[in-house]
Amino acid sequence: MALTKAQMAETLFDELGLNKREAKELVELFFEEIRDTLASGDDVKLSGFGNFVLRTKNQRPGRNPKTGEEIPISARRVVTFRPGQKLKARVEAYAGTQQ
Amino acid sequence: MTKSELIDALARKQGHLAYKDVELAVKSLLETMSQSLSDGERIEIRGFGSFSLHFRPPRMGRNPKSGDAVVLRGKYVPHFKPGKALRERVNTLPLDSDEPESRTG
Repeated sequence: MALTKAQMAETLFDELGLNKREAKELVELFFEEIRDTLASGDDVKLSGFGNFVLRTKNQRPGRNPKTGEEIPISARRVVTFRPGQKLKARVEAYAGTQQ
Repeated sequence: MTKSELIDALARKQGHLAYKDVELAVKSLLETMSQSLSDGERIEIRGFGSFSLHFRPPRMGRNPKSGDAVVLRGKYVPHFKPGKALRERVNTLPLDSDEPESRTG
């Protein structure tokens, strides 16, 4: 089972007593704001969790894996996530079965 | 943008919650997400992306001071895969005009 927006809203309802509508709206806004900020060209740094960092990639040669035909992969901007120390330390301790 | 700037922006953009509640909510959301990953559970947010754990197998490392070989245990690291909407939104600005400003730090 994966964590979803619905469950995150439920947590705000349970833990902070926001009503369901407010909780749902805030979760939506939270991801929207991060997305809009990245789309505007600004990195997002959430201390304790991690940083969403924009990287610009130059054009590079690629290949259609089906046909083998060579096609250039155009220059692009991508988002990478760099987990913070705290999150890394917590996740490292996870001793579950290998995924 | 930092966490406190995110809190400011959200407090401005929604009508009914006090600043303090927005602050608590953002911290609670990040804690919920961290806990989920720490429990080995994925996070899936449509239009934004998904977080999962990637396994790093055990390997031999070296103590950089003494040069001694040490065994590094296998471990999990958080991984984020941007969703389609985020990938497209981020890739729209003309690439040669996005460098100068907004890249402080």
